[in-house]
Amino acid sequence: MKYQVNEKGFYGQFGGAYIPEMLYPNIEELRLQYLQIINEPSFQSEFDQLLKDYVGRPTPLFLAKRLSKKYKANIYLKREDLCHTGAHKINNTIGQILVAKKLGKQKIIAETGAGQHGVATATVCALMGMECIVYMGQLDIERQRPNVERMRILGAKVVPATSGNMTLKDATNEAMRHWINHPTDTHYIIGSVVGPHPYPDMVSRFQSVISEEIKSQLIHELGNPFPDYVIACVGGGSNAAGAFYHFLNDEHVNLVAVEAAGKGVDSGESAATTALGKVGILHGSKSLLMQTADGQVVEPYSISAGLDYPGIGPLHAHLFETGRVQFLSATDDEAMNAGIELSRMEGIIPAIESAHAVAALSQLSLNEDDVVVINLSGRGDKDLETYIRWGKY
Amino acid sequence: MKNRVVSLFEKKKKNILSVFYTAGFPSLNATKEIAEALQQGGVDMIELGIPFSDPVADGPTIQASNKIALDNGMTVTLLLEQLKQIRKTVSVPILLMGYLNPVLQYGIERFVKDAAAAGADGFILPDLPLDEYLDSWQSLVEQHGLVTTFLISPTTSEERIRKVDAATKGFIYAVSSSSTTGTRTGFDEDQVAYFKRLQSMQLKNSFLIGFGVSNRETYQTVCEYANGAIIGSAFIKLLQSSTNHQQDIQTFISQLK
Ligand SMILES: Cc1ncc(COP(=O)(O)O)c(C=O)c1O
Repeated sequence: MKYQVNEKGFYGQFGGAYIPEMLYPNIEELRLQYLQIINEPSFQSEFDQLLKDYVGRPTPLFLAKRLSKKYKANIYLKREDLCHTGAHKINNTIGQILVAKKLGKQKIIAETGAGQHGVATATVCALMGMECIVYMGQLDIERQRPNVERMRILGAKVVPATSGNMTLKDATNEAMRHWINHPTDTHYIIGSVVGPHPYPDMVSRFQSVISEEIKSQLIHELGNPFPDYVIACVGGGSNAAGAFYHFLNDEHVNLVAVEAAGKGVDSGESAATTALGKVGILHGSKSLLMQTADGQVVEPYSISAGLDYPGIGPLHAHLFETGRVQFLSATDDEAMNAGIELSRMEGIIPAIESAHAVAALSQLSLNEDDVVVINLSGRGDKDLETYIRWGKY
Repeated sequence: MKNRVVSLFEKKKKNILSVFYTAGFPSLNATKEIAEALQQGGVDMIELGIPFSDPVADGPTIQASNKIALDNGMTVTLLLEQLKQIRKTVSVPILLMGYLNPVLQYGIERFVKDAAAAGADGFILPDLPLDEYLDSWQSLVEQHGLVTTFLISPTTSEERIRKVDAATKGFIYAVSSSSTTGTRTGFDEDQVAYFKRLQSMQLKNSFLIGFGVSNRETYQTVCEYANGAIIGSAFIKLLQSSTNHQQDIQTFISQLK
């Protein structure tokens, strides 16, 4: 239980619920009820059924033979890119919309960066016939146009966030403001393991299906559930939380998180939170945060819109601080090269977020009999424009 | 010296007017002259905003003032220096209001100590959880002779209001509706019912109503039920367009009262 959230909502020194009073009743309602709701057999069977029949779970664990040969290890890809809507994000939105229904909410709001979480939210809202508003930074609206249109086709209203740098952080601010103004009939589906307690724990639980499946797939494949490495990219940290969850207490399994270094960790244009951040409070929780000496939040940068966030979830800050998870970073160039390499060697065009995880392969000293699982959090369709602009293929 | 907030609420029970503005807005060094004009205009208390990059409880007006203040170069250190200067001429109670992160970076103990030394009377930190305050702030704050004000809103339970009341020395900040700052104008029946409910709770502390108080009419409405009012966004809007702070602030306040 060393890595579980405690009864006050903390992972070590990180977490908590630092929210204005106007949000207190909502967060308290969720805190008091979420465990009870998600542990109900009727909830679990509906959740499992939807993950199976609608999302397409379990997602395959694929032995990438050519990649394995190149990196001299046994490299498996956990194919979250094959989830309905193209990323792991939908595991969480299915869970949360069921929670929202149990809480009697009629409307859903969400923030989105790359648009994957927005699409996953718009999708489940269509499925459940609920009204959906997605906040998205104006800059992200421009660089992720196809996802904006997907959300609109699905019936969601996409509202541009025009404050700050007009990216994910600002979209999250706007979603929180909306929730303050509409506290009773609305549920806020946060897209990662961030936000006030109980969000980080709730989202981790919904994503934990990833590591649950990896374990049983490895037993089937190799006769034991323990890989040597699990690698995942970290924006807020939800796909990583899901991929690590059931391995956290298996201390002999190396867990590797990969952050976006942007143009280089020390370039001033980066999103490598553990390298650059200090303890801080944003969006309702205490975690590691990129900020100035005066406590103003620094705008992050990554070529990947989904990793362009100045913090990480409190669970990850704790895993970093305790050393349970090794944090690496990949630059824009390294990630793009890894994305092209995976496309060429395995016929899989990854999301640029996920390509950061692939890029970690060359930073690890692997042994030939090592079993390595890379969580391939999403597919690259949404990123075609960025690949095209990158051009080096 | 007795805390100025505590003294104010002991002496005055009606029509208390507190005004919020962001330090370093509209220009870096306007903080002092605005405080002086507010005192001359007859306000009872000043809430000096510590600007933050991500003010989630604020609407567009106060967001913009935060951004401009930061672009002007305002920092916690500079704000405390300005406060020291302000205290040479301004004697009304002054509370520092802001989000937790800049305070955390400055250092909690250092912040409380330096704020007291600079002449602050207390704090309003909307994202500081009440329990965390009781556990690790309260004794420090009280040791320096300061007070902390907490927010309550129409969705705050009676039990929690009582808890806030017990933890408070000074006054309670009653947010008039579930909203961000500067979002609403005027009050509806539900809000008035909420004001009446608060009035009938016989709290040990005075309470002021803020959010949505923007003019004479709304000021007078809340003063019927509460010990007074807090004006924020409407005042920031005035500062945005004002070319003569001294004069415009006098006029603004005289039109309210
Ligand atoms: C495919 C993909 N992977 C990863 C992320 C990063 O989010 P998280 O760190 O929460 O998994 C995103 C976010 O948009 C994404 O779309």
